[in-house]
Amino acid sequence: MIAEIGLAMLWMAAALALLQLFAGALALRPGGTALIPVVRPLAMMQGLLVAAAFASLITLFLTTDLSVKLVAENSHSLKPFIFKLAGTWGNHEGSMLMWVTIMGLGGGFVALVERRLREDTLIATLAGQAFVSLGFYAFLLLASNPFARLPEPAPEGQGLNPLLQDVGLAFHPPTLYVGYVGLSIAFSFAIGALVTRDVGPAFARAMRPWVLGAWIFLTLGITAGSYWAYYTLGWGGWWFWDPVENASLMPWLAATALLHSASVLAARNALRAWTVMLGVVAFSMSMIGTFLVRSGILTSVHAFAVDPTRGSFILSLLAIYIGGALALFALRASTVTEGARFAPVSREAALVFNNVMLCGILGIVLVGTLYPLLTEAFGQKVSVGPPYFNPVAAIFVLPMIVVMFVGPLLRWREDKAARVTAPVAIPAVVAAFVLFVLVLAEPQMKLLPTLGLGAAAGLAVASVIPLFGRNLRRTPLPTYGMVVAHFGIAVALAGIASDSAFSTEKLAAVNVGDSQQVGPWTIALTGIEPIAGQNWTALQANLSASYAGGAPVALQPQARSFSSPPGQRTESALKTRWNGQLYTVLGEEAEDGRWQLRLWWKPFVPLIWLGGALVALGGALSLLGRVIRDVTRLRAESKIAWRRERQGR
Amino acid sequence: MIRRWIVILTLLLAGLQAGPLAAQDLLPPAPYAYKQLPDPAQEAKAQALMETLRCLKCQSQSIADSDAPMAGDMRHQVRTRIAAGEDPEAIRQWLIERYGDYVSYTPQLSSLTWPLFAAPLAFLGLAGLLLRRRFRRSAGAGVRTATPQEKSS
Repeated sequence: MIAEIGLAMLWMAAALALLQLFAGALALRPGGTALIPVVRPLAMMQGLLVAAAFASLITLFLTTDLSVKLVAENSHSLKPFIFKLAGTWGNHEGSMLMWVTIMGLGGGFVALVERRLREDTLIATLAGQAFVSLGFYAFLLLASNPFARLPEPAPEGQGLNPLLQDVGLAFHPPTLYVGYVGLSIAFSFAIGALVTRDVGPAFARAMRPWVLGAWIFLTLGITAGSYWAYYTLGWGGWWFWDPVENASLMPWLAATALLHSASVLAARNALRAWTVMLGVVAFSMSMIGTFLVRSGILTSVHAFAVDPTRGSFILSLLAIYIGGALALFALRASTVTEGARFAPVSREAALVFNNVMLCGILGIVLVGTLYPLLTEAFGQKVSVGPPYFNPVAAIFVLPMIVVMFVGPLLRWREDKAARVTAPVAIPAVVAAFVLFVLVLAEPQMKLLPTLGLGAAAGLAVASVIPLFGRNLRRTPLPTYGMVVAHFGIAVALAGIASDSAFSTEKLAAVNVGDSQQVGPWTIALTGIEPIAGQNWTALQANLSASYAGGAPVALQPQARSFSSPPGQRTESALKTRWNGQLYTVLGEEAEDGRWQLRLWWKPFVPLIWLGGALVALGGALSLLGRVIRDVTRLRAESKIAWRRERQGR
Repeated sequence: MIRRWIVILTLLLAGLQAGPLAAQDLLPPAPYAYKQLPDPAQEAKAQALMETLRCLKCQSQSIADSDAPMAGDMRHQVRTRIAAGEDPEAIRQWLIERYGDYVSYTPQLSSLTWPLFAAPLAFLGLAGLLLRRRFRRSAGAGVRTATPQEKSS
């Protein structure tokens, strides 16, 4: 029954989206003003209905209703509660339902709270949001129905992939999806503003909080995913330039650029066309990512043949939305003039430079991700991996960081280089000093990590300089947000460079009672014991690790075996200190009875994810500051309106 | 989630080949699959090379990052050849001859891959052009004559 109710609600939500699209389109025509009050409630209702459909699917998973095909294929009655819950989106259909749910709720939320945007632009935006949602409703209802029943209920579910049975599954996909799909709001805003020719500072100020919100979640989602891969895969790698990772990085790069160009538009009424274009590009990257992941094209181009409907369905959606948006942009671009001018030495110029660089990285990642698919289509398999992406990305990132030293200190419109020479000299000297020391102390260190550490040190200093000489109490929250986010980039960069420069690895076959050295650590294997969990059994190594002869700490890496479905997974054990992380993995038993241990000492590696969290925190501070300002302004306005009304009487 | 999807697909694929793979799994891993070379300089060389070689049985993992038996065998090959004094690039070429370009994460410049190397240059050129146009235009006209709207902001 619940499955049928869920499906019915999904159809109704889709119908409301259609209504929302038509009502919005008609309301914008001359004489259609009567329809204006309908659009907002429609968007909210649609959001509620699709959320209810998603709640039904969650219920089906929690109760393990094995008559539902999706549940039978992806769940198991013996799974722990959290994985029954998170298993809802650990599969194709469920994750697509989560996608449209977030999209519907996002549109509903815009309808509920957005007060800054011009009324007609808002209507156009909501109609745009409905238009995008419709495609994904169609995809769900026609090609991936999550509520389909089995002719006969299955006796038992097939279970969830062991690698997915991790708390990461409960947090990482929802966060990332809020980010991906949140960008659809920026996309709809761009469409709305193009339709009503309303691209200006007020539009940018209205759009900015929504972009910020999506960007915060995207940042968190990528950071969490990277940490999850790091501790689960068992080899200490945290970023693989894998197509699926790239698919999440590309929207982030576009959204970062969008955030900064929206600031220019809001403050200076410049970069109008560029900002709208980035709004379109950011969500297009989300959709391309979804296409790559969901179509099965990634394993092989031939996966299209396995499920041609899904792949070509998403591809048509991509063509319609991206093509349509670009066509609209081309039609209206001439009416969106570039706006106010600025000098080569100005805040805008620095932001434009980094915008262009971010787009450059985006281009590289896109080419590097798609090129192997292209050659494979012609029967030639090539690999594009870290040895390509790392140096090529560095070509763009390093100049960006240098510009980040200067940018926040410059004035809008026009500035003199001489005015900022002194404050920029401080981080420049710091960076040069760090480079100098590294070259002297670690001459065998590779070029990129060395440059990375130097740039990180400089940026860490440069990022806080904008606070100097300011009244810290009166400094607006968004300024703090910028400082924290830029500092976070420096922190993450330091972690990345330090991991590739200073990590030490030890692979060893060890008898119980023996010990091994890795970096400053001495690690003894004190025993191996079998243990069991709710749906797995494992061998656990009891390790006693001591840092530079200090008090020993216990670590317990495991090799887990799952039965439904069958699979193995290593469970690494980590020990975090202020100056790095010890990473231990238990491998197999060798023939002579010794045990394989894999040990890494990774100095400062947690900075990578701490940096990511700081970047997100910076975004959150900025968002908070803007929301507070908006609410205060709205209150003041309504007070004035009320007074006027009273005086009028 | 990111990498898990790939793993699912890989597992599915692995299921199709379960017969031969299972037989392969029963063999003990080659000596240098999970053992480092005694000479740290040689091990560093081997490690650097292994990080740029693809595990053919996995999705998007280097042989330095994988538990697959085949990755273990390839690690053994790389380490023994490095220990025998072979040049890392020669080992890469040997592997490419055996497994094709796909095995190397470092794209080799060829008639097939030149766009990969041209792309960064093209993007840099495009970026330069965009910035130059932008700044020349803005330097030329109107920086000093702000519109009333800008003055008020």
